[in-house]
Amino acid sequence: MTVGGLGYYVRLLGVSIRTSLITSMQYRVDFVIQGVMSLLWTALAIFPLLVLYGDRTSVAGWDFGSALVVMGLFTIMRGVLEGAINPSLLAVVERIRSGSFDYTLLKPADAQFLVSTTRFDPWHVTDLLAGIGIIVYAFVEMGRAPGAGELAAALALVAAAVAVMYSLWILIVASAFWVVRMDNLSFLLGAVFDAARWPIHVFRGTWRFVFTFIIPLALMTSFPAMALLGTLSLRTALLSLAGSAAFFMVSRTVWTLAIRSYTSASS
Amino acid sequence: MPTMLRVGLAETIAYRAEMIVWILTTTMPLVMLSLWTSVADEAPFRAYTQADFVAYYLGALIVRNLTSNWVAWQIAEEIRMGTLSMRLLRPVHPFASFLATHLAALPLRLVVITPVVGILFLTAARDVVIDDPARIGLFVLAMAGAWLLTFAVFLAIGSLSFFLEKSMSLVEVYFGLFMLMSGYLIPIDLMPPWMATAAEWLPFRYMLGAPVEILIGRYPDAAAVAPVVARTWAWAAVMVAAAAVSWRAGVRRFEAYGA
Repeated sequence: MTVGGLGYYVRLLGVSIRTSLITSMQYRVDFVIQGVMSLLWTALAIFPLLVLYGDRTSVAGWDFGSALVVMGLFTIMRGVLEGAINPSLLAVVERIRSGSFDYTLLKPADAQFLVSTTRFDPWHVTDLLAGIGIIVYAFVEMGRAPGAGELAAALALVAAAVAVMYSLWILIVASAFWVVRMDNLSFLLGAVFDAARWPIHVFRGTWRFVFTFIIPLALMTSFPAMALLGTLSLRTALLSLAGSAAFFMVSRTVWTLAIRSYTSASS
Repeated sequence: MPTMLRVGLAETIAYRAEMIVWILTTTMPLVMLSLWTSVADEAPFRAYTQADFVAYYLGALIVRNLTSNWVAWQIAEEIRMGTLSMRLLRPVHPFASFLATHLAALPLRLVVITPVVGILFLTAARDVVIDDPARIGLFVLAMAGAWLLTFAVFLAIGSLSFFLEKSMSLVEVYFGLFMLMSGYLIPIDLMPPWMATAAEWLPFRYMLGAPVEILIGRYPDAAAVAPVVARTWAWAAVMVAAAAVSWRAGVRRFEAYGA
């Protein structure tokens, strides 16, 4: 097994996912708990929409079906965040604090890669299932199905959304090299992410600007939803893809700079 | 008691940054507010105008921040680590020492919440908020009741850690029910009638929805407010009793780790 090639990293990822699976198999009851939680939170999230669309047919240009698609994407992205991004990064903040991060740096692989694949929480797969369920239900409700092109565009944008989300959280971890206690900030960002459950057009003025360009929530849920509904312009789609790629590069650069100033705990 | 309060205050001040971040994570009322202001922009939604929604959710933010506590996590952690033994050895009831810590956190919470109160009075929501002394007095009583009720509920949940290892997932289920039935997500009078009736009989409403409704003048006069305040305090009494019973039973079972 050669060190450094693409195949090497794919195998490393495989090993990490397998260990996470084995670990979580020890807590099978958690699967049931997690499933119940997913259903509960999904029901809670949809409840205001039900009340709202009981009286109205459209809000800020979104009808019930399309608002549900955004909600479905929100559920999926929350699953990605809590299942694949947060567990690793919280573990790393703890390692930086305690100093055992030194061992990560000694390993013969890219530190950012190791850091991002430390731990997965496979039971959050229930969130993905719930999200896909909502989207399917929404399209049944609207009485149509997305075309192949729309589906492909939506998948590309979901990939971009995951990249942006991951980059935001890597920036948080990078800041832990300077400020140590950063896990609180990740909770704060998680709380802000809650706003992504509504279509971006619900927000006005400053907030829409902030949620589109600064903390790009629009890119995480509304744009993929619009792509799936066939209402997203090609220009916005391409700009989001380019924007997320740029954001990813920036976070990578910040990470490289940050790791240089790592001095280990107690030294 | 004054000494315990002083120690609690010192602790709050030492961990102020952490507490402020925790307070800032309470964004749900603002997320809901963004949706409803957009809805009410075109026309009022049933009995709620845009100003009503602003007042309701800012009120919810204020009530939630002033009444929330972390005593269940505190108890679960002390049971797990075995440090509860120290607390049990002290010559005061553990409830009193928990109470002191949480009361001492209130001044900082009041300070942090001041800007929200400021915004409430700067926007059109100002005209919605009650201004007669009788209802304001009852509002303060309702807030005190809501605080005690919430505190007792979390004491009770925390005491369950004596019996269950996973009592903290219970908190998540509890929080889901709370969000739905307390009026935290949407005002209770916008819910379907059967749910509104259920909310009337459950304790959750008296932790958040009731004080907010009083604040934004959903009850015409003091006579209409009084029964709501009475029910809040009745629930608080029931919950304190339940917490005391479950605590007593739990402490008998308690064997500190490593002891």
